[in-house]
Amino acid sequence: MNWKRATITAGFLVPVIGLLAFGLTRDPKEIDSPLPGKPAPGFALPVFSPGEGKLALAVGDTVRLAEHKGGVVVLNFWASWCLQCRDEHVELSKTARAFYDRGVRFYGVLYNDQESYGLKWIEEMGGQAYPSLLDPRTRTAIDYGLYGVPETFLVTPDGRVAYKHIGPISERLLSQKLDSLLRAGTP
Amino acid sequence: MRRQVLIVAAMFACVIAPVPATAQRDTGRVARRIETAADSVLEARTTALASELRCPVCQGNSIQDSPSELAQQMRDLIRDQLRAGRTPDEVRAYFVDKYGEWILLTPKATGFNLVVYLAPLAFILIGGAIVWRTVRRWTTAAPGSPADRTSSR
Repeated sequence: MNWKRATITAGFLVPVIGLLAFGLTRDPKEIDSPLPGKPAPGFALPVFSPGEGKLALAVGDTVRLAEHKGGVVVLNFWASWCLQCRDEHVELSKTARAFYDRGVRFYGVLYNDQESYGLKWIEEMGGQAYPSLLDPRTRTAIDYGLYGVPETFLVTPDGRVAYKHIGPISERLLSQKLDSLLRAGTP
Repeated sequence: MRRQVLIVAAMFACVIAPVPATAQRDTGRVARRIETAADSVLEARTTALASELRCPVCQGNSIQDSPSELAQQMRDLIRDQLRAGRTPDEVRAYFVDKYGEWILLTPKATGFNLVVYLAPLAFILIGGAIVWRTVRRWTTAAPGSPADRTSSR
Protein backbone atom coordinates (compact mmCIF):
# COMPACT_ATOMS: atom_id res chain seq x y z
CA MET A 1 0.00 0.00 0.00
CA ASN A 2 1.36 3.36 -1.06
CA TRP A 3 0.51 5.59 1.92
CA LYS A 4 1.69 8.76 0.27
CA ARG A 5 -0.56 8.27 -2.72
CA ALA A 6 -3.53 7.32 -0.52
CA THR A 7 -3.09 10.46 1.59
CA ILE A 8 -2.90 12.73 -1.45
CA THR A 9 -5.99 11.12 -3.03
CA ALA A 10 -7.93 11.41 0.22
CA GLY A 11 -6.76 15.01 0.59
CA PHE A 12 -8.43 15.82 -2.74
CA LEU A 13 -11.49 13.61 -2.55
CA VAL A 14 -12.66 14.35 0.99
CA PRO A 15 -13.16 18.13 0.49
CA VAL A 16 -14.86 17.57 -2.89
CA ILE A 17 -17.21 14.91 -1.48
CA GLY A 18 -17.80 17.11 1.56
CA LEU A 19 -18.76 20.07 -0.64
CA LEU A 20 -21.13 17.96 -2.73
CA ALA A 21 -22.68 16.41 0.41
CA PHE A 22 -23.23 19.91 1.83
CA GLY A 23 -24.87 20.89 -1.45
CA LEU A 24 -27.30 17.97 -1.16
CA THR A 25 -28.49 19.14 2.26
CA ARG A 26 -29.55 22.50 0.88
CA ASP A 27 -32.86 23.24 -0.80
CA PRO A 28 -32.06 24.95 -4.11
CA LYS A 29 -35.45 26.65 -3.99
CA GLU A 30 -34.70 28.37 -0.72
CA ILE A 31 -33.36 31.81 -1.47
CA ASP A 32 -32.19 33.96 1.40
CA SER A 33 -34.09 37.19 1.12
CA PRO A 34 -32.06 40.36 1.61
CA LEU A 35 -35.27 42.20 2.56
CA PRO A 36 -35.67 41.60 6.33
CA GLY A 37 -34.38 44.68 8.15
CA LYS A 38 -34.72 46.87 5.08
CA PRO A 39 -37.50 49.40 4.38
CA ALA A 40 -40.53 47.61 2.98
CA PRO A 41 -41.16 48.49 -0.69
CA GLY A 42 -44.10 50.87 -0.89
CA PHE A 43 -47.23 50.02 -2.84
CA ALA A 44 -50.61 51.38 -3.78
CA LEU A 45 -52.87 48.53 -4.84
CA PRO A 46 -56.63 48.29 -5.47
CA VAL A 47 -58.90 46.14 -3.31
CA PHE A 48 -60.72 43.41 -5.30
CA SER A 49 -62.02 41.32 -2.43
CA PRO A 50 -63.43 43.38 0.45
CA GLY A 51 -62.84 41.15 3.46
CA GLU A 52 -65.39 40.64 6.22
CA GLY A 53 -66.95 42.54 9.10
CA LYS A 54 -64.92 45.36 10.61
CA LEU A 55 -61.86 44.27 8.63
CA ALA A 56 -63.65 45.03 5.34
CA LEU A 57 -62.70 47.73 2.84
CA ALA A 58 -64.63 48.86 -0.23
CA VAL A 59 -63.82 47.15 -3.51
CA GLY A 60 -61.80 49.53 -5.68
CA ASP A 61 -60.26 51.38 -2.72
CA THR A 62 -56.51 51.85 -2.94
CA VAL A 63 -54.42 50.49 -0.10
CA ARG A 64 -51.11 52.30 0.41
CA LEU A 65 -48.37 50.99 2.64
CA ALA A 66 -47.35 54.57 3.41
CA GLU A 67 -50.68 55.06 5.20
CA HIS A 68 -49.88 52.30 7.70
CA LYS A 69 -47.08 54.01 9.61
CA GLY A 70 -47.42 53.17 13.29
CA GLY A 71 -49.13 49.82 12.74
CA VAL A 72 -47.96 46.35 11.83
CA VAL A 73 -48.87 45.12 8.34
CA VAL A 74 -49.05 41.49 7.26
CA LEU A 75 -48.80 40.98 3.53
CA ASN A 76 -49.69 37.54 2.20
CA PHE A 77 -49.11 36.74 -1.47
CA TRP A 78 -51.44 34.03 -2.73
CA ALA A 79 -53.05 32.62 -5.86
CA SER A 80 -56.07 30.46 -6.65
CA TRP A 81 -53.81 27.94 -8.42
CA CYS A 82 -51.60 27.58 -5.34
CA LEU A 83 -52.29 24.41 -3.36
CA GLN A 84 -50.28 25.37 -0.29
CA CYS A 85 -52.30 28.58 0.01
CA ARG A 86 -55.27 26.42 0.99
CA ASP A 87 -53.36 25.09 4.01
CA GLU A 88 -52.81 28.50 5.57
CA HIS A 89 -56.03 30.17 4.50
CA VAL A 90 -58.17 29.56 7.59
CA GLU A 91 -55.30 30.25 10.00
CA LEU A 92 -54.51 33.57 8.33
CA SER A 93 -58.12 34.73 8.59
CA LYS A 94 -58.26 33.67 12.24
CA THR A 95 -55.04 35.51 13.10
CA ALA A 96 -56.20 38.60 11.17
CA ARG A 97 -59.37 38.77 13.29
CA ALA A 98 -57.47 38.16 16.52
CA PHE A 99 -54.94 40.93 15.94
CA TYR A 100 -57.17 43.58 14.32
CA ASP A 101 -57.80 45.46 17.58
CA ARG A 102 -54.07 45.59 18.26
CA GLY A 103 -53.57 47.60 15.10
CA VAL A 104 -52.36 44.79 12.83
CA ARG A 105 -53.69 44.97 9.27
CA PHE A 106 -53.70 41.93 6.99
CA TYR A 107 -53.78 42.15 3.21
CA GLY A 108 -53.80 39.39 0.65
CA VAL A 109 -52.07 40.14 -2.65
CA LEU A 110 -53.15 38.10 -5.67
CA TYR A 111 -50.10 36.80 -7.52
CA ASN A 112 -50.13 35.92 -11.22
CA ASP A 113 -53.82 35.21 -11.25
CA GLN A 114 -57.10 36.60 -12.47
CA GLU A 115 -59.46 38.55 -10.28
CA SER A 116 -62.43 36.30 -11.13
CA TYR A 117 -60.50 33.14 -10.19
CA GLY A 118 -59.38 34.79 -6.96
CA LEU A 119 -62.94 35.73 -6.02
CA LYS A 120 -64.21 32.25 -6.87
CA TRP A 121 -61.45 30.69 -4.76
CA ILE A 122 -62.31 32.89 -1.74
CA GLU A 123 -65.95 31.85 -2.08
CA GLU A 124 -64.98 28.18 -2.31
CA MET A 125 -62.77 28.49 0.76
CA GLY A 126 -65.62 29.97 2.80
CA GLY A 127 -64.47 33.60 2.72
CA GLN A 128 -61.39 35.61 3.63
CA ALA A 129 -61.49 37.83 6.72
CA TYR A 130 -59.18 40.53 5.38
CA PRO A 131 -59.14 42.47 2.08
CA SER A 132 -57.23 41.17 -0.93
CA LEU A 133 -55.48 43.39 -3.45
CA LEU A 134 -54.63 43.14 -7.13
CA ASP A 135 -51.01 43.47 -8.23
CA PRO A 136 -51.01 44.48 -11.90
CA ARG A 137 -48.00 43.16 -13.82
CA THR A 138 -46.65 41.58 -10.60
CA ARG A 139 -44.66 44.74 -9.85
CA THR A 140 -45.22 44.63 -6.09
CA ALA A 141 -44.40 40.92 -5.95
CA ILE A 142 -41.07 41.53 -7.73
CA ASP A 143 -40.45 44.50 -5.42
CA TYR A 144 -40.78 42.06 -2.52
CA GLY A 145 -38.42 39.56 -4.16
CA LEU A 146 -41.15 36.96 -4.49
CA TYR A 147 -40.40 33.66 -6.15
CA GLY A 148 -43.46 31.66 -5.31
CA VAL A 149 -46.65 31.55 -3.32
CA PRO A 150 -47.53 31.54 -0.54
CA GLU A 151 -45.12 34.04 0.95
CA THR A 152 -45.90 36.21 3.96
CA PHE A 153 -44.21 39.46 4.97
CA LEU A 154 -44.43 41.26 8.30
CA VAL A 155 -43.88 45.00 8.16
CA THR A 156 -42.97 46.92 11.34
CA PRO A 157 -44.73 50.15 12.44
CA ASP A 158 -41.76 52.13 11.10
CA GLY A 159 -42.11 50.49 7.69
CA ARG A 160 -39.37 47.86 7.70
CA VAL A 161 -39.65 44.23 6.66
CA ALA A 162 -39.41 42.34 9.96
CA TYR A 163 -39.88 38.81 8.70
CA LYS A 164 -40.45 36.83 5.53
CA HIS A 165 -42.09 33.42 5.62
CA ILE A 166 -41.90 31.05 2.68
CA GLY A 167 -44.67 28.47 2.32
CA PRO A 168 -47.83 28.10 4.39
CA ILE A 169 -47.66 29.86 7.74
CA SER A 170 -49.39 28.57 10.87
CA GLU A 171 -51.53 30.59 13.24
CA ARG A 172 -49.13 29.75 16.07
CA LEU A 173 -45.98 30.97 14.34
CA LEU A 174 -47.67 34.08 12.97
CA SER A 175 -49.12 34.95 16.40
CA GLN A 176 -45.71 34.49 18.00
CA LYS A 177 -44.05 36.75 15.46
CA LEU A 178 -46.78 39.40 15.77
CA ASP A 179 -46.68 39.28 19.57
CA SER A 180 -42.94 39.85 19.64
CA LEU A 181 -43.21 42.64 17.07
CA LEU A 182 -45.95 44.40 19.03
CA ARG A 183 -44.04 43.97 22.27
CA ALA A 184 -40.94 45.47 20.69
CA GLY A 185 -43.02 48.34 19.37
CA THR A 186 -44.47 49.37 22.73
CA PRO A 187 -42.13 51.64 24.70
CA MET B 1 -54.12 92.93 -59.79
CA ARG B 2 -56.34 90.71 -57.70
CA ARG B 3 -56.53 88.22 -60.54
CA GLN B 4 -52.76 88.19 -60.88
CA VAL B 5 -52.33 87.54 -57.23
CA LEU B 6 -54.81 84.68 -57.46
CA ILE B 7 -52.97 83.14 -60.42
CA VAL B 8 -49.63 83.40 -58.69
CA ALA B 9 -51.17 81.93 -55.53
CA ALA B 10 -52.68 79.07 -57.55
CA MET B 11 -49.36 78.35 -59.28
CA PHE B 12 -47.61 78.48 -55.96
CA ALA B 13 -50.14 76.11 -54.48
CA CYS B 14 -49.64 73.64 -57.36
CA VAL B 15 -45.89 73.56 -56.79
CA ILE B 16 -45.94 73.65 -52.99
CA ALA B 17 -48.97 71.54 -52.15
CA PRO B 18 -47.51 68.13 -52.98
CA VAL B 19 -44.31 68.94 -51.10
CA PRO B 20 -45.69 68.90 -47.55
CA ALA B 21 -47.47 65.65 -48.30
CA THR B 22 -44.32 63.85 -49.45
CA ALA B 23 -42.24 65.56 -46.79
CA GLN B 24 -44.73 64.43 -44.20
CA ARG B 25 -44.64 60.90 -45.57
CA ASP B 26 -40.86 60.96 -45.50
CA THR B 27 -40.52 62.35 -42.00
CA GLY B 28 -43.12 59.84 -40.87
CA ARG B 29 -41.11 57.03 -42.40
CA VAL B 30 -37.86 58.34 -40.91
CA ALA B 31 -39.49 58.72 -37.49
CA ARG B 32 -40.85 55.19 -37.72
CA ARG B 33 -37.43 53.91 -38.74
CA ILE B 34 -35.76 55.74 -35.83
CA GLU B 35 -38.43 54.34 -33.51
CA THR B 36 -37.87 50.75 -34.68
CA ALA B 37 -34.12 51.22 -34.40
CA ALA B 38 -34.52 52.54 -30.84
CA ASP B 39 -36.87 49.64 -30.08
CA SER B 40 -34.40 47.07 -31.33
CA VAL B 41 -31.58 48.68 -29.34
CA LEU B 42 -33.77 48.63 -26.23
CA GLU B 43 -34.74 45.03 -26.98
CA ALA B 44 -31.09 44.04 -27.35
CA ARG B 45 -30.18 45.71 -24.06
CA THR B 46 -33.13 44.04 -22.33
CA THR B 47 -32.13 40.64 -23.72
CA ALA B 48 -28.51 41.10 -22.63
CA LEU B 49 -29.51 42.04 -19.10
CA ALA B 50 -32.22 39.36 -18.83
CA SER B 51 -29.64 36.73 -19.82
CA GLU B 52 -27.56 37.69 -16.77
CA LEU B 53 -30.34 37.26 -14.23
CA ARG B 54 -31.56 33.98 -12.80
CA CYS B 55 -35.23 33.11 -13.04
CA PRO B 56 -36.55 32.68 -9.48
CA VAL B 57 -39.09 30.00 -10.34
CA CYS B 58 -36.85 27.82 -12.52
CA GLN B 59 -33.79 25.67 -11.98
CA GLY B 60 -30.71 27.35 -13.38
CA ASN B 61 -32.49 29.23 -16.17
CA SER B 62 -32.08 32.89 -16.97
CA ILE B 63 -35.02 35.28 -17.10
CA GLN B 64 -34.39 35.52 -20.84
CA ASP B 65 -34.61 31.76 -21.41
CA SER B 66 -37.54 31.04 -19.14
CA PRO B 67 -41.09 30.96 -20.53
CA SER B 68 -42.57 31.40 -17.03
CA GLU B 69 -44.94 34.27 -16.33
CA LEU B 70 -42.75 35.74 -13.61
CA ALA B 71 -39.69 35.77 -15.90
CA GLN B 72 -41.76 37.48 -18.59
CA GLN B 73 -42.88 40.14 -16.14
CA MET B 74 -39.31 40.62 -14.98
CA ARG B 75 -38.25 41.17 -18.60
CA ASP B 76 -40.99 43.78 -18.93
CA LEU B 77 -39.71 45.44 -15.79
CA ILE B 78 -36.14 45.49 -17.12
CA ARG B 79 -37.38 47.02 -20.39
CA ASP B 80 -39.39 49.66 -18.52
CA GLN B 81 -36.48 50.56 -16.27
CA LEU B 82 -34.06 50.84 -19.21
CA ARG B 83 -36.59 52.93 -21.13
CA ALA B 84 -36.89 55.21 -18.10
CA GLY B 85 -33.17 55.90 -18.40
CA ARG B 86 -31.75 53.59 -15.74
CA THR B 87 -28.34 52.13 -16.50
CA PRO B 88 -27.89 48.32 -16.69
CA ASP B 89 -25.90 48.55 -13.44
CA GLU B 90 -28.81 50.27 -11.71
CA VAL B 91 -31.28 47.66 -12.96
CA ARG B 92 -28.94 44.86 -11.84
CA ALA B 93 -28.63 46.53 -8.42
CA TYR B 94 -32.43 46.70 -8.17
CA PHE B 95 -32.74 42.93 -8.64
CA VAL B 96 -29.85 42.18 -6.25
CA ASP B 97 -31.62 44.40 -3.71
CA LYS B 98 -34.77 42.31 -3.98
CA TYR B 99 -33.44 38.78 -4.49
CA GLY B 100 -29.90 38.97 -3.21
CA GLU B 101 -26.76 38.11 -5.14
CA TRP B 102 -28.40 34.78 -5.89
CA ILE B 103 -30.15 36.43 -8.84
CA LEU B 104 -26.86 37.01 -10.69
CA LEU B 105 -26.01 34.05 -12.93
CA THR B 106 -22.38 35.19 -12.89
CA PRO B 107 -21.41 35.66 -9.26
CA LYS B 108 -19.20 38.60 -8.32
CA ALA B 109 -15.52 37.60 -8.10
CA THR B 110 -15.09 38.55 -4.44
CA GLY B 111 -14.82 36.67 -1.14
CA PHE B 112 -15.96 33.05 -1.10
CA ASN B 113 -17.17 33.38 -4.71
CA LEU B 114 -13.51 33.39 -5.78
CA VAL B 115 -13.50 29.60 -5.22
CA VAL B 116 -15.75 29.27 -8.28
CA TYR B 117 -13.21 31.14 -10.40
CA LEU B 118 -9.99 29.76 -8.94
CA ALA B 119 -10.90 26.10 -8.36
CA PRO B 120 -11.02 25.18 -12.09
CA LEU B 121 -7.64 26.87 -12.59
CA ALA B 122 -6.19 24.96 -9.63
CA PHE B 123 -7.58 21.68 -10.95
CA ILE B 124 -6.11 22.31 -14.43
CA LEU B 125 -2.70 23.02 -12.85
CA ILE B 126 -2.82 19.94 -10.61
CA GLY B 127 -4.07 17.74 -13.46
CA GLY B 128 -1.37 19.10 -15.77
CA ALA B 129 1.30 18.36 -13.16
CA ILE B 130 0.04 14.77 -12.75
CA VAL B 131 -0.02 14.20 -16.53
CA TRP B 132 3.46 15.73 -16.91
CA ARG B 133 4.89 13.56 -14.11
CA THR B 134 3.31 10.38 -15.45
CA VAL B 135 4.45 11.00 -19.02
CA ARG B 136 7.96 11.77 -17.79
CA ARG B 137 8.04 8.55 -15.77
CA TRP B 138 6.91 6.54 -18.82
CA THR B 139 9.47 8.09 -21.15
CA THR B 140 12.44 7.93 -18.76
CA ALA B 141 11.57 4.41 -17.55
CA ALA B 142 11.02 3.02 -21.07
CA PRO B 143 14.51 1.63 -21.96
CA GLY B 144 15.15 -0.18 -18.65
CA SER B 145 11.55 -0.97 -17.65
CA PRO B 146 10.62 -4.49 -16.46
CA ALA B 147 8.38 -4.92 -19.52
CA ASP B 148 11.30 -4.07 -21.75
CA ARG B 149 13.54 -6.55 -19.98
CA THR B 150 10.96 -9.36 -20.27
CA SER B 151 10.52 -8.85 -24.00
CA SER B 152 14.29 -8.76 -24.65
CA ARG B 153 14.90 -12.00 -22.77
